[in-house]
Amino acid sequence: MDNKRVINVPFNREQLGVLKAGDYVYLTGTLYSARDAAHKRLFDSIIMADNGIMGENATTGEGLSGKELFDKGILPLDITDNIFYYLGPTPAKEGQVIGSAGPTTSSRMDKYTPLLLSKGLIGMIGKGKRSKEVIESIVKNKAVYFAAVGGAGALLSKCIKKSEVIAYDDLGTEAIRRLRVEDFPVIVVIDSEGNNLYETAVEDYNSSKSAR
Amino acid sequence: MRTINTDIVVETVRDMCIQANIFLAPDMEERMRKAADEEDGILGKQIMNQLIENMEIAGSDRIPICQDTGMAVFFVNVGQDLHIEGMNLTDAINEGVRQGYTEGFLRKSVVADPLIRENTKDNTPAIIHYDIVPGDKLTITIAPKGFGSENMSRVFMLKPADGEEGVKAAVLQAVKDAGPNACPPMVVGVGLGGDFELAAKLAKKALTRDVNSHSDKEHIARIERELIEMINATGIGPGGLGGKTTALAVNIETYATHIAGMPLAVNMCCHVNRHVTKEI
Repeated sequence: MDNKRVINVPFNREQLGVLKAGDYVYLTGTLYSARDAAHKRLFDSIIMADNGIMGENATTGEGLSGKELFDKGILPLDITDNIFYYLGPTPAKEGQVIGSAGPTTSSRMDKYTPLLLSKGLIGMIGKGKRSKEVIESIVKNKAVYFAAVGGAGALLSKCIKKSEVIAYDDLGTEAIRRLRVEDFPVIVVIDSEGNNLYETAVEDYNSSKSAR
Repeated sequence: MRTINTDIVVETVRDMCIQANIFLAPDMEERMRKAADEEDGILGKQIMNQLIENMEIAGSDRIPICQDTGMAVFFVNVGQDLHIEGMNLTDAINEGVRQGYTEGFLRKSVVADPLIRENTKDNTPAIIHYDIVPGDKLTITIAPKGFGSENMSRVFMLKPADGEEGVKAAVLQAVKDAGPNACPPMVVGVGLGGDFELAAKLAKKALTRDVNSHSDKEHIARIERELIEMINATGIGPGGLGGKTTALAVNIETYATHIAGMPLAVNMCCHVNRHVTKEI
């Protein structure tokens, strides 16, 4: 394996260019957990606020910025340049920071993702394929999609050094948590140019096999 | 007639919930280690090594292998000569699930209504399949089922003319469609025959069979072997990122069916294929 490549998170759009589909990197810094129910609440709050400003016909993405949505108390965090980890952990036992903490399937968040990206979200960590609309939105807004290893929840929990619920406490495992991570292993699957590792990796493997 | 009290059922179910979610079944562990050794994809190998490390951390630190500790699915064989006293048996199993998921720090992943979606906060109700069998024993199998892979499952109402080729094509298509979403390497549970709902139930039950075993029926065992080769030739690999291990096993269960039909269900499971059986 190559030397360990550590990326500090969150990062800004200028730093995105160094992340290419296929890169195996370790994230250190702050991530936010959010999955199905939290996405629905964030999405509904944004649509309601934008409709109020732009009229009923507001198209997604117009209206308030991520920072304005937070400043006005519409969203519980400023999603600008932040990264969502699609996670619903098991409860922590005494002495643990968090329980098992692997990624959930990203495609269920596809409906909500283009709007969140247009409001400033810069990255997502999950597992599995994304829709055409999400990939287009990743390119348009200059963002990145990482995969963590599905089903490695015990291992990944060791990379989470601090966890605190910051919103939607009533959602239990689906609440939004601020996570302090160290050397959290991920693979760049869709980069800001739209390169998609899920499409190329299997082809590359198969052609390397037939070349042997 | 033998008599048991449901207290023992509650206790047994509670312990099984915790055991199944923290320790991978021995057949799965053996199969995973072999696959990790044999994997030749570059990313695939890294992922397999992470999964082996994950399994070891889960066991030594008593952390669930995966954060999706599933819906608690049970196959319960009730001996017809057994008398059960105390609670209603279904209530006893649900009480065991409630205790196991709470005391074991497992995730509560169940919502009471599919549309209103309010979490029941104790992972009940379980999904319980009962069979009445000869004898005076109660045999309980738990298979906590995560939904990343469950969502990629399919039912195909094939025609008799589709034959063996149709069965293989449909299973292969389901695996390809599931791709990285079902957390490969997968275990593929197949139910063939019966009717619409029995095929699906057989597919789930197939996942509880030892992954190193094959069907007792010679022609079905052959199809299992052929399918695993076809699936692993796709190159989807661990994590869907390229490699020789896309599936760890294909387990097929069959039942008689109607002259007009050939129902086929494919129940996808990830590499965290959990199953524990206890006899009371």
